[in-house]
Amino acid sequence: MKNYLLKLADDSLIMGQRLAEWCGKGPYLEEDIAIINIALDQLGQANNFYNLAANLFNDGRTADDFAMLRVEKEYLNAQLVELPNGDYANTIMKAYFFAVYQNLLYENLSNSADEELRAIAQKSLKEVKYHYTHTETWMRIFAQGTEESRKRIEAALENLWEYTGGLFDEVEEEENLVALNLIPASKQLHEEWKAKIAEDFAKFGLEIPASEFMQKGSRKGIHTEYFGYILCELQYMQRTYPNCVW
Amino acid sequence: MWEVFIQTKPGLSHKHAGTVQAPTAELALQNARDVYTRRGEGTSIWVVPSKYVVTSEGIDKEAFFDPADDKLYRHPTFYQIPNDVKNM
Repeated sequence: MKNYLLKLADDSLIMGQRLAEWCGKGPYLEEDIAIINIALDQLGQANNFYNLAANLFNDGRTADDFAMLRVEKEYLNAQLVELPNGDYANTIMKAYFFAVYQNLLYENLSNSADEELRAIAQKSLKEVKYHYTHTETWMRIFAQGTEESRKRIEAALENLWEYTGGLFDEVEEEENLVALNLIPASKQLHEEWKAKIAEDFAKFGLEIPASEFMQKGSRKGIHTEYFGYILCELQYMQRTYPNCVW
Repeated sequence: MWEVFIQTKPGLSHKHAGTVQAPTAELALQNARDVYTRRGEGTSIWVVPSKYVVTSEGIDKEAFFDPADDKLYRHPTFYQIPNDVKNM
């Protein structure tokens, strides 16, 4: 359960960190606020999962320690969330894929045998329902807008598709957790995810890439070359001024 | 450009909160949610394209508003409301 919680927390932390890079740089003021709100929601979810994990690990580390002081091999996030934002189409598609995943994940976790996990999932589900509403709106705008927007969303798809499988890679103890009705099975989530994407893409008028190839390494602490830069920004203050407060 | 109206509690009126820029009605609603209800300010949102708001700009203000100033008998202030009546 410890690594599973870290997996969930790390996904949200890194996604939140990436989306926060748009702060002050969004396409227009209101959309800037919208994407930052999504980032904040993610950081809140990460905080909840890190707190739960800290209790389980029970080794003196706090949520902050987990978030900011591990080395890159220890972060179990999917590679998808650490990819650069690129243009807004790329960011939206990344956030959209993630929102579909989180909706399925939290819906399932809302029935977990673990009370605390259930509580976090139920609260987070409300947040990610909105993330889906918002990103789905933008996916439609991009896909059915102009030639330019179409070009960009198709470029995003080509860029991101092979990283989507990583969302559903497993950490070590997952089979046991599934057997105990604590978490949903990743394979099943993946099938539901693919079905939802297919349904939405038909609406958008986008084609699912034919290639079955998926990047490997997610959930095992294997990261893309971009991850080091994220950690550098994320950890700089804590490592330079340990225990700093403001 | 859209005008945003927020209702803080069911039953109260929607109050004008500001404006949002958005290309579609759907996005206007979502953007208004993110800009104007971040701190729990509301439970219902109306957005209206600014061009559909008819204002009294340019109308003769004196003729429109002054006559109401000296008609005290229109104000409901001459009743004694019993103490037990809470919401009037």
